[in-house]
Parts: sequence; C-alpha cells; structure tokens
Amino acid sequence: MHKRNFSILVIVFLVSSAASTRAGRFAAGSVAPGSVEGTISYTGTPPKMKPIDMAKEPSCAKEHAKPVYTEAVVTRLGNTLKEVVVYVSAGDQGGRATQPVVYDQEGCQYVPHVAAMQAGQPLEIENHDKTSHNIHPMSKVNPEWNKSQPPGTPPLKVTYEKPEFIPVKCNVHPWMHGYFAVLATSHYSVSDDFGKFTLKGLPPGKYTLTAWQEKFGTQTQDVTVTSGGTAKVNFTFKAVPY
Amino acid sequence: MRLGTVQQKLVCNLSVVLCMAVATGLPAQDSHVGSLNGQASAGKKEYRRYCVGCHGQDGDGMGENAQWIDPKPRDFTAAVFKCRSTPTGTLPTDEDLYHSIERGFASTNMPSWLPLTGQARADLVAYIKTFSTRWSEGHGAPIVIPPETPRAVESMLRGRALFQKMECWKCHGPTGHGDGPSASTLTDSKDNRIMPHNFSDGSRFKCGQTNEDLYRVFMTGVDGTPMPSFADNLKPGEAWDLVHFLRTLQPLKTPEAATWKSWLSTHANTLKPIGPETQQP
Repeated sequence: MHKRNFSILVIVFLVSSAASTRAGRFAAGSVAPGSVEGTISYTGTPPKMKPIDMAKEPSCAKEHAKPVYTEAVVTRLGNTLKEVVVYVSAGDQGGRATQPVVYDQEGCQYVPHVAAMQAGQPLEIENHDKTSHNIHPMSKVNPEWNKSQPPGTPPLKVTYEKPEFIPVKCNVHPWMHGYFAVLATSHYSVSDDFGKFTLKGLPPGKYTLTAWQEKFGTQTQDVTVTSGGTAKVNFTFKAVPY
Repeated sequence: MRLGTVQQKLVCNLSVVLCMAVATGLPAQDSHVGSLNGQASAGKKEYRRYCVGCHGQDGDGMGENAQWIDPKPRDFTAAVFKCRSTPTGTLPTDEDLYHSIERGFASTNMPSWLPLTGQARADLVAYIKTFSTRWSEGHGAPIVIPPETPRAVESMLRGRALFQKMECWKCHGPTGHGDGPSASTLTDSKDNRIMPHNFSDGSRFKCGQTNEDLYRVFMTGVDGTPMPSFADNLKPGEAWDLVHFLRTLQPLKTPEAATWKSWLSTHANTLKPIGPETQQP
C-alpha cells in the first residue's frame, strides 16, 4: 500500500512541476517570448542556375509558360537569398512541432524547394502532376526509402526521426532536386522571396542560430533574446560560382 | 509489502524494455536462418577470405577490385540492401541476406556462394551486420504475399494497363527492353550510373526467379536504386496482374507465354501501344 501511495505522489509531483515550468516560462507581465528576424544576403558572384528542359515530360512542360531553372541557389532582389534555413542550434529547442509540413510536386518541381521540419514532425508529400513521380530522399542517417506516387494518389505521410539535411530526388525526372532539412529544434524558418526570416516565440535567453544553404554550407551567430523584444541578425554568404 | 499485479506487470515490462535497450545498443553479432545460428566471429574469417577483395576490409564496398566493377560492390556500412522481403526503408531479414549470398546477383560481379556451407553463409550474414549500427533498430516485418491469382490472359491485360498507368515504361521501356525515356539518366544512391532491368534479353532477375520474388521486387522496392516501392499504390490482386504481364515481356517458353502469344496473334491490333499518351497540339 505504501508503495502505491508513493508512486501517486511522484506522479502528482511530476505533473505539478511540469505545469509550473510551463506557467513560469510565459508568466503574464514579467516574461514574454521574443523573436529574431533578419535577412540572408550574399556577396560575390553566385553560380548561374541552369535552364531545365522538360521535353521528356510534356504534361509538366506545358505547366510552365516561362523557362524553368534549377534552384540550388535562388537569388532575389538586393543580393538576397531565398530558401535558406535558419534554426536554433543551441539554446531553447522549443516544444514538439505537430503541424504537418507539406511538400508538393507541381509542374515536375518541388514546392517548396527546401522543406524544413523538426525530427518527428509529420511530413506530407503531395503529387499535383499528371505524371507518376518516385520520391527518393537520399538519407544517410535516417533509413533510405524510395516510393512511387502516381497521379491522384493521397499524400504520402512520413516522419524522420533524426536530424539530417536530406537531398531529395525523383529518378524518373532527373532534373527534380530538393531538400528536407530535418532539425532537432522546432524554432526554424526558411527565408522568403525577400531573403527574410523570422523566428517567433523564443523564450528570453541566449541562442546560437545557424543558417544553412545547400551550396554555401552553414554559418552561425550568437544572439540574445529579451522579453518581448525582437533581435536582428543578418547572415551574409560568400557566393562562389562553380 | 506485496506488489500489486499492476505493479508487477510494470516491473516486468520495464525490465524487458531495459534488456532490449541494452541488447539493441550494439550491432547484432549473430544471425538466425532456419535452424542455423550464425556467429560474427566465424563469419569474419570467411569474409576475410571470400568477400574482402570487393567489399573491403571495412565493409564499405571499397575492396581492391571495386574500381573495376560495375555495378559497385555493396557498401555494408550504409546498410541499404536491394533484395528484401521487408518494406522500403527497412532492414532485410537474416533469410533475405542469406539467400542473396546463396543466389548471387545476376548480371553483376557477385557470384552465387552456394559452394559454401549453409553455416558459413549464416556466419557471413552475422558478420555483415556488424558493419552498421543501424542493425540495432532490427529488421522490418516481411510483407504478406497472398496466394497467386490465376495466370489468365485477363490478368495479363490488367497488368499491361498497370504497366502503362504506373509508368513502368518510363524506365523499363514500352516493350520491356530497359530503354524508356528516363533510362539513360538513372543513377543509384552513390551517383553511379545504373540500368533498368531489361526483360527481353533473357537475363535473370537479381532478387530471385519465382513469381513471388518478382511480386516482392515492386512491393518492397529495390533500395539504393531508382526502383521505388509500389506498396502504397497497388492492391495485392493488381500486383499479381503486373507479375503476369511482366512475364510476357520475357522470352519464356511456358504454358502462360503460349496462351499469351496465341491470344496476341488474333487480338494484337486491339491493344493501344504502351508509352506517352498522344499529346494535344
């Protein structure tokens, strides 16, 4: 009997302490989450993206009125870079992200080109093309699989359990390339059409941010987030044409 | 101070979990194939004698012969295997590896190791599993293969429609010659050039010759190659239809092939050719 009482006590203690840390983190009035925002830019000459010839897949070729280019380095106005993943590499890693990340195949291209997700976060891969694709993420740390997805089939629901940057390809359409950025943290952001990123809901404290670009590698910077404040961090990659 | 049944169960479960965690923390050191019990220590000796030349001392597929070989020897440190009875992305069973060693890989430099004893092959399986820590996660659950459906012309025709719909022809070619529009661009997971299977030249399948082996290939995928798994998209009946059609692409002299040929001799003009749909201008 004694033992049972003790275990109940332990459970009560665990629940109450979990509740108190949660309340303590964002206690009204005293501490509010902050955020980090900034711009990703480059110096130097970035590599020229190559035009893609989709003649072998007419159903996709006619989806594109304008020429289509590879997306390994996507430059935007004002020497900014799109599709750069910025994430917390040291500091509060956040809770568990449960919102599914959607990765679409449209016009024989991956949309978005880079999908960022937390390890364990659900990933849904869709095919909106009139052709079959095979999704072949070339993972090394996580198990490597390869699945077909004919047109009109439901989304493929998968998860990755370990952090890794995984190149994704479709063997049927060799020009299709993308990335899954599987991260330990749920604090991540991918730079938008203006090269801007925003990390929201960060508990005040010290952080190390990492920016990752598939051709230019990674960069890190330290930042301190204050209660309710917005810290500014910019990353600049040195672009080298290959 | 007697433990309640609930607590007893809890303790039991906990200890099982703990034991498993300890046991699975290390790469597997043994293998089980039927009544055979393979040991890595014994397998190491066999490996050093028969396998090291191609697969390398470290199991990374970089043996001294590797540079002359195409397709390249398997890299056991990646723990990605072509012929499995388990779903794509999972590890093969000990039996799968055992049979791969026994069978060899047709149209590659990997010969059949049937001359070795069964015990030696089981030992080799155990040793191969020491090259990657991935083995701590255990192998996948073998897929269930329902009994084969009748090998009738109707089944072959349904399979033919699937060959078109699933776009098998994009790589394997409209007539199974391995010359589809994407065939010339294919690479494996190590970026080496790789050819789709040519059904028409009479070569044997890499993962076994029975209809069940063929069924398994497209329902589990050939991991590490461009061949995906169709398990999410084909029902078991459809998979058998596809098997029956694929057999018609091979130069076989079987009763089924004769049935197909005689049907074709009177109905060939009713079939739409396989390949890209006719495009609107």
